[in-house]
Amino acid sequence: MIMRPSREVGIVGYGAYVPRYRLPAEEVGRIWGGGQAGYPVREKSVPGLDEDTTTMAIEAARNALRRAGIAADELRAVWVGTESKTYAVKPTGTIVAEALGATPHTQAADWEFACKAGTEALQAAIGLVGSEMVRYALIAGVDAAQGRPGDALEFTAGAGGAAYILGPREESLAYCEGSLSYVTDTPDFFRRAHERYPSHGGRFTGEPAYFRHIERAATQLMQELGRKPADYATCVLHQPNSKFPARAGKALGFTAEQLAAGMLVSDIGNCYAGSSLIGLSAALDRARPGDRILLVSFGSGAGSDAFSFVVTEAIEERRNRAPLTWDYVRRRHPIDYGTYVRYRQKLRMH
Amino acid sequence: MRLAPHWRVRAQRLQLRGEVCQCCGERLFPPRDVCPACHQPADKPFAFCGEGTVYSFSTVYEAPKGYERFGPYTIALVRLKEGPLVTAQLTDIDPADVRIGLPVEMVTRVLREEGEDGMVIYGYKFRPVLEREAAREEARA
Amino acid sequence: MRDVSIIGIGQIEVGEHWDVSLRDLGARALLAALADAGIDRPDALYVGNMLSGTLGSQEQLATLIADWSGLRGIEALKVEAACASGAAALRVGVMAVAGGTHDIVAVLGVEKMTDMDGEEATAALMTAADAEYEGIHGTSFISLNALLMRRYMEEMGVPQEAFAGFPINAHANAVNNPNAMFRQALSRDTYTRAPMIADPINLFDSAPICDGAAAVILCPADRAREFSSRPVRIAASAVATDSVALHDRRDPLFLSAVHASASKAYRQAGIGPEEIDLFELHDAFSIIAALSLEACGFAPRGQGTRLAADGEIGPRGRMPICTMGGLKARGHPVGATGIYQVVEATLQLRGLAGANQVPGARWAMTQNIGGVGGTAITHILEGQG
Repeated sequence: MIMRPSREVGIVGYGAYVPRYRLPAEEVGRIWGGGQAGYPVREKSVPGLDEDTTTMAIEAARNALRRAGIAADELRAVWVGTESKTYAVKPTGTIVAEALGATPHTQAADWEFACKAGTEALQAAIGLVGSEMVRYALIAGVDAAQGRPGDALEFTAGAGGAAYILGPREESLAYCEGSLSYVTDTPDFFRRAHERYPSHGGRFTGEPAYFRHIERAATQLMQELGRKPADYATCVLHQPNSKFPARAGKALGFTAEQLAAGMLVSDIGNCYAGSSLIGLSAALDRARPGDRILLVSFGSGAGSDAFSFVVTEAIEERRNRAPLTWDYVRRRHPIDYGTYVRYRQKLRMH
Repeated sequence: MRLAPHWRVRAQRLQLRGEVCQCCGERLFPPRDVCPACHQPADKPFAFCGEGTVYSFSTVYEAPKGYERFGPYTIALVRLKEGPLVTAQLTDIDPADVRIGLPVEMVTRVLREEGEDGMVIYGYKFRPVLEREAAREEARA
Repeated sequence: MRDVSIIGIGQIEVGEHWDVSLRDLGARALLAALADAGIDRPDALYVGNMLSGTLGSQEQLATLIADWSGLRGIEALKVEAACASGAAALRVGVMAVAGGTHDIVAVLGVEKMTDMDGEEATAALMTAADAEYEGIHGTSFISLNALLMRRYMEEMGVPQEAFAGFPINAHANAVNNPNAMFRQALSRDTYTRAPMIADPINLFDSAPICDGAAAVILCPADRAREFSSRPVRIAASAVATDSVALHDRRDPLFLSAVHASASKAYRQAGIGPEEIDLFELHDAFSIIAALSLEACGFAPRGQGTRLAADGEIGPRGRMPICTMGGLKARGHPVGATGIYQVVEATLQLRGLAGANQVPGARWAMTQNIGGVGGTAITHILEGQG
C-alpha cells in the first residue's frame, strides 16, 4: 500500500503562518455556554479583517522559499490545499504564485479534501518531483475556518497553515521514506456548495471517521516500513481538538512527549487543511538531524495520508532563515467575542 | 467591474516590484518610464526587500467608500530600506502603538473587495517586524 | 501681452444648498458677476470644477451652465486641477485676455458636494491623489494631510495646539462675511476639545464639505474703467506643479510647487512678500496654512504656526490671511474655492470688505492648491483705486 516515487524526495524548505488574534474558549462559553466538562482548546487563532486563506498561504509560502534558498521561478507547481477558498471559482494558487514571483512557468491549483487538502497536495507534489517531471514544487495547507455561531466547532475553528517546498532528497532538510493513504466514503462532516458553515455528525466524526482513518493509515505505513512508534522522535496528527490526537496517538503507541512538539491545537485551534502541516513545521523547528517524524492527516469525507520523514543535517542551517512556528504562536492578541464576530464578518451589514 | 487596472499592477502590489534607474542608480517605487531624479528612461525591474521604517502615520476614522469595513485603520508613509517612500496601511498593530521610526516589514493583505461578487484586491501593507526567537538568541550571544 | 483686470464679481453663500442644483448654483454666481460688470454676454466662459463627473455624473459642465445662464452659443470650457480648479480656470481666462484671444471673459468656480453621502464625497476627493498608489490603500484626503502634519510636528517640534491660531482666525473673520458657511467664532478651548477625524487633524483643522459658486469677469486693463469704477489689476498669474503623490517627494514638508508658483508670481508683479497686504491662502487644513506661509516666504521653515500664535494673521495684523473666513470657515466647495479667494481679495482691494477690511490694502495674493500641493496657482492682484 505504501507509495514511493522512483527518485527520492524531501522537504527543501518550509514555513508557517498564524494570524495575530486569539479568541479564548471562555469567550465563546461566556456567550453560548458550554465548557462544564472543559473546553476543547484553550484558545483559537482568528484572522484579521484583511486576512484570508490567500494572504496566509502567501506568507507561509514566502517563509518556505526563504528556507529553501531557491529562486521563486524554479518552482514548477504552487498548490494550495484549503476548504476556505477566497474565490469559489478562481485558483488561490495563481495569486500565491504571483506574490512569490513564481509565474508564469508554473502549475497553480487548489486542492480540496476537507482537512487533508494540504497533505493531498503534498503527496501529489512528492510524485511530481519523484517522477523527475519537476525539480521543485510548493504546496500549502491553509484555512480560515468558519464555525457556526453557537456550534461546538466555534470553539476550535481556527486559522493558519504551513507551506512546503519539495525537491530532491539530496537537497532536503527532511526526506520522505514513504507515504500511504487510507480513504473511504464517510460523510462525517461536509459543507454543501453555497453554504456558509459546515455540518457535522457529532460523535460520528470520532470513531468511524477520525480515529479509524488515522490509526489505520499510521499503522499500515509503519508496518510496511518496518518501523515502530519508538523509532520516531515526533508524531504529528491532525488536530481538531486537544483530545482526539492525544487519544489516537496513545492508541498507536506514542508517548505524550512524542506528540508534544507537533501539538498546537490548544494554542491556535484547528487550522483545518493547515492543522497537521503546521504541526509538522513546529516539529521541524525543534528537530535534530536523524530524527524521524510521522505525519498523519485526516480529512472528513474521509481519509488520512501518512508520511514518514527523516530529518537531515540541512535543518540546522535553514531553520533560522525564516520565522519559527512558535514566533507566530507567541504573537498573540486576545480579542472578545464581539470583535471576533466583526473580524469573521458574522454580522450581516446589508 | 474594474479588473484590468488592478491586474496591470499585480507585480507592484504583490511583490513590491519597482525599478532601478540604470543611469543614476535611483531605486524607484512605483516604477515609471522616466526616472524623476535624472530624467533618463527607467526600465530595469527591482524587487524591494520589504523592510522599512514609519516616516509618518495617521489613523483613518472616516473611511472612503469601499473601506468602511476595515475602519478605523492606520495609514503610513513608510521609508523603504532602499530609499523610496511608499504609502500603505499598517496592519497587525493597535493605533496607539504606532510611532515614527517604527521598523516594519511588508506583508500581502486584502486591500479591498469590489463588492461580494467582485474581485478581491490584494496588495502590500506593513506590520511591525515580527519578534523572532532566533533574533533574541542572537542578541543574547 | 495685455494687462488684465477684474471688472465684476459674484458669489453665492457657501453652505449646503439642498434645493439648488449644480447648474443653478453656477448660473446664479455667473449672472451676479455679469450684472456687477454691467455685461450681458461675455466672449467666453471658463468653469473651474473638480467633481461634477464623479458626484454629479455631469460633464460638459461649462456648456450646460452657459446654456442655463442664457449664454448658449459662446465658447465654454471646463478646467480641472482638483481643488485648484477655480484658480486654474482663472489662469485660462487671464491667458485668453492677455494673449488677445478674447476681450470679455467670465470665469466661474462651482462645486456641489452634498448630492452624495459622506463616504462617496470622501472617496471623490481622493481622486485628487494618486489613485493607484495612494487611493487604493484606503487613504482619505484628510489622512494624507494628517501624514504631513504628524511629520511636521515631529520634525519641527511643534505641538498640535500651535495650529489653533489658523482656524480661530478663520472663524473670527467669517463672522462678518455674509457668504461664509460658519459664521461663528471658535474658542481655543473648543479647538482643544475637538474630536480627531484623522489624527492629528481634528474637526477644526479641516475645511468642510459644502456647495458654492463664485465668478469674476475679466477684460483688458486699459478698458477696465468702461465697466468698473474700482477695477482690480491681475499683476501675476502663475502655476507650478509637484508630484501628485506625497511619497514621490524628496522633502514632503516643503511644498515646492507652492514655493515655485509664489516665486514666479512675485517676479511677475515685481514685488516681494513684504509688500503683500493680504494673503488668501489655501487653508484646507491647518498644516497647509503653515506650510504655505513658509513656502511663500512669510515665515522661516518650521515657524509657520508662530505667525498665527502671535496674532499677526488677523485683518489688522502684520500679515492678514483668510480675511473672509478662508477655506476653513467660509467653506471649501473645492472647484469654486479659487474664485471665492479672488472675489474676496477684490472686495478688499475695492475697500468693500466691511468689518474685515485690511486698512489701505493695495496688493493681495491668492493661492489655490490642488491635491496635497501637486498643483499650486498663485495670483497677485493690485487695486486700481
